[in-house]
Formats: sequence, structure tokens, C-alpha cells
Amino acid sequence: MIRIENLDLTLDGAPILQGIDTEIPASGLTAVIGPNGAGKSSLLHCLAGLVRPTQGRVLIDGIDIPAAKPAERARRVALLSQGSPALPRLTVAELVGFGRWPHHQGRPSSEDHRLVQASIDCFDLDPLAHRRLETLSGGQRQRAFVAMAHAQTTPWMLLDEPLAALDPRYARDIMDRLCTLSRPGPEARSIVVVLHDLAMAVRCADWVVSLKDGRLVQSAPRAEALTSRNLSDLFEAEILVDEVQGRPVAVLA
Amino acid sequence: MVRLASAVGLLGLIAASLMIGAADLKSGSVDADLLVWVSRIPRTAAALLAGAGLALAGSVVQLAVQNRLVEPGLTGTPEAAMAGLLAITLIAPGAPLMLKMLAASIAAMAGTAGFLILARHVPRQDPMLLPLVGLIYAGILGAGVTWVAWTTDLMQYLGVWQAGEFSGVLRGRYELLWLIAALAGLLYLLADRITILGLGEDRARSLGLNARQTMLAGLAIVAATVAAVVVTVGTLPFVGLVVPNIISRWRGDNLRRNLPLIAVSGGAVVLAADLIGRVIRWPYEIPAGTVFAVIGAGLFLWLLYAAPRPAGQNG
Repeated sequence: MIRIENLDLTLDGAPILQGIDTEIPASGLTAVIGPNGAGKSSLLHCLAGLVRPTQGRVLIDGIDIPAAKPAERARRVALLSQGSPALPRLTVAELVGFGRWPHHQGRPSSEDHRLVQASIDCFDLDPLAHRRLETLSGGQRQRAFVAMAHAQTTPWMLLDEPLAALDPRYARDIMDRLCTLSRPGPEARSIVVVLHDLAMAVRCADWVVSLKDGRLVQSAPRAEALTSRNLSDLFEAEILVDEVQGRPVAVLA
Repeated sequence: MVRLASAVGLLGLIAASLMIGAADLKSGSVDADLLVWVSRIPRTAAALLAGAGLALAGSVVQLAVQNRLVEPGLTGTPEAAMAGLLAITLIAPGAPLMLKMLAASIAAMAGTAGFLILARHVPRQDPMLLPLVGLIYAGILGAGVTWVAWTTDLMQYLGVWQAGEFSGVLRGRYELLWLIAALAGLLYLLADRITILGLGEDRARSLGLNARQTMLAGLAIVAATVAAVVVTVGTLPFVGLVVPNIISRWRGDNLRRNLPLIAVSGGAVVLAADLIGRVIRWPYEIPAGTVFAVIGAGLFLWLLYAAPRPAGQNG
């Protein structure tokens, strides 16, 4: 469980997050939603321990994350942040391999190699394993980065807009894979995803954290949070949540 | 295959470097043994070490700022090293070499740190922007150094530091360059960390890397390498740009895997440039730095234009 206690974040005098106080359950997939500038990425960075909150605490499974040592933190939480694809000439296997770095610090064991291969397989990257990132499509490359975060084998995976600029099919593939990973089981991961695509949130999320202007609007199970009314208020645009062929969907009115 | 080919190529260059010079070893008019030990071997080793060091320094800088188009010559590092040398020469003209080296290293580190701070504020959309900023930054530092050297009548020193050449290398006057071999070993231990740094600060920190500490260690290695080169043989442009780029195109972006090849290639191209400089107007010499500036500029243009970037790739 992630426990966020009275979290404030101020950067260069500007309040980014104010008074966030909530819990995120360990089981399932949590979507973080909200309009642009709501503080979603900043919240994720605080949870990952990359940004130290101005006030308040973040406890992940009881551990004070901002105060934890970097190596310890990296074995608990993996963050996939947004950002330009660097090192275009790494191969997929090399990139995913760096996901194991917090565990071996340069001396991979056979177990590390096995886990890298497992992450490659998990995201169907085996045929691409020895291709360079620069030769992949945007969707394939994004899958490789998600696989790197997966290879970190942390109980918690935090992903900042992993679907940005992806075609619907690629977006669905990645999201469905994450959904499966978050299902209860021996290798289940707790997953927190910043999502812009409400259709994906409606489709996959178990828990929803809604932010607006740096404040928490709601932190609740999907059925409670993702209603037409809540979403319309949150985004200040009329949004309808309904069912099509038995599946929940969200559309702009 | 790669290893065998590069080993053979390198040995060929070394043999040529030992054979070729103004004096004919077989003429009997010179003491061939003495000449080889006092001049040719040190000269060959100096070219190899300087080239290897600058190529590795280039790789580190490129990963640290996530831009393949920079090199120590475009981060103000040699100019800052010269400023340090100038300062120590003015304060204590008779200072021993190690003290001069220390002053140059510290100044080079400060100068490179200045560039890194500048780099944080340069937008990343256009990869050409950062090298241009670096060019101007190095130009400003260089102008300051020149002004001080001019007013203190030390222009002659400056000329030696600016033009990389190996004709003055003799036994007892280049050994500082062996420091580069030690630094390369240290770099090998840090190679994975520096590659991870190349993934971007957020990703590096998410992997539990102490990004600032790694950056500082890389910075110190680059500064000490460049300072050693400037102090002993003078700076050589383009080596740190061209060599890492060619190796990266060919073998990818994994520093640990490529580090030996980058070092060997850097040494080989500088030695080749020195050889060309020795034979082109025999028995006179052209500085290796000048030769490499011509070849390197051509290679750089090729890197920029010949191989188009794949679609959707912005550096």
C-alpha cells in the first residue's frame, strides 16, 4: 500500500501539489487522471522518491521513500518517466538488461539474465531483442522501456503516460499487459499509471486518483470515481461514461 | 574478428611509427637504439595515450549531456585547462609538472562543470544547439586565456598548448600521459553507470543510480584526461567527437562493451595523424593536431550528412 500523508510540493516558489493525503491499494492497477498541469507527473515523481516533497511523507509498504537509500528505493519502486528516447543505439536486450542494474550493480548473475529474458518475453519483444532502439517503431520502443521497468522486479511499477503518442492498438496491447500483471498472483505487481486516455482508465483501472490544480479531488474505486458527473467536473467538459456491448466506455459529449 | 583486425591494424601503425622519422635508422649515422628508446617509443606511446584518452573523454561527455555532437573541445575543457596552466605559470613559474597538472585539472573541471550547468538550460529539441553553445562558451574562455597570455607575454606557451603535436615528445617529458591508462581503467569500472546516465537523469535515478556522484566522477576523469593531454602534447580537436560517433554507429551505445575499441581507435587515429604529419613533407613535420583537424572536420561533416537519421528519431 502507498500511504501519502499531507504531501505538499513547491518548486521555485510555485505550489505544485497541496495537501495530498490518501492511500493507494497494493492490489490492482491505479490510474492517476486529471487535466494538464494537475500535478500528475509530479505526484508520480514524489512516489518514486525522485522528488523530495516540501512537506509530508510518502510511505510505500511502510517504507519512507524520500528518505530511503537510492539502491533500496530502486528495488521497491520502478518509475518509467516521460522523456525523449536517449541512447538510440542500445539494443532492446541491453536496455531491458539495465533494469536489473539495481540488483547487481554491474555483475549480473544467471538469475538476472533469466529475469531479463522473462521481461522481454512478457512484452513480446523476443523477435526484437537484438534490434537497436532507433530501428523500432514508437510503440515497440515504448514496450521496450516498459519491459525495462518490469525487469527491475519491484513490487511497485509507476508509469508516467506510457501510452503517449501510441496508436490505439499499441496502447491497448501495453495496457492489457499491465492489467494482467496487476492481477493477483505470485508475480503480481502493484501498478500506478498516469493516463490521459480516459477510455483506457475506464477499461483497465481498479482504483482512480483524480487530481486538479495540484489538489486531490478523489481517490476511490473505479466504479465510484469514473462517473459521467465526476469526469465532467474534473475536466470541465461534458464526458459520458456508458456501456457499449457490455464494456464501459468514456466519450466526450 | 574485430579484435584481430584492430590488433593487426594497431601493430602495423606502431611499427610504422617506430620506423618513420627524419633520421634513417639503418644509415648508421645515428645511434638507432638510443633514438628508438628516447624518441620514437615515447612519441608512439604519447600519440596512442592521448588519442585513447580524448576519445574516451568524448564518449563520457556525450553520455553525460545525452548529445552525440559534443566533445571536450566543445565544452571549454581544454581552454579551462589552459587557463589553469596560465595561472600556475604566473603565480609559480618554476612549479613542478605535477602541480601544473593539478592546476590544469582543477581548472578543466570547473570549466566543464560550467558547461554542464549551461547545458541544463539549453533546449533539447535541436541536437545542434548544444554544440553551438559549447563552441561559443569555449570561444569565450579561449579569448579570455589569449588576452591574459597576451598581456603577460606568455603567448608562446599558449601556442604549444593549443597545437597538439608530438615532435617534442622525449623520454622523461611525456610520462604524465600514462595517467590516462589508469583513468581508462577507472572508467571501465564506471562504464555501466555512465551509460545509465546517458538514459537521462530521471531514468538513471529510478534505477537507483546516484546521478550527481556519477556525473562528478565522469567529469573528473574527463578533466584530468584533457589536462594531461594539454600539459604534455597540446590539445587535439575532433578526436573525442569523431571516434565515439563512428564506434557508436558501428557497435551501439553500450560504453562498457565498446570502451576498449574506443580507446584503441582513438589511439590509432591520432598515431595515424602523427605519421601522416611526419611523412607528408619529409623531413619536415606538420603537427598531428593540424592533420587531424583536416581529416576530423571531413569525418564530422560526413557524420552529420551522409547517414540520415531513421524516421522518428530525434537524437
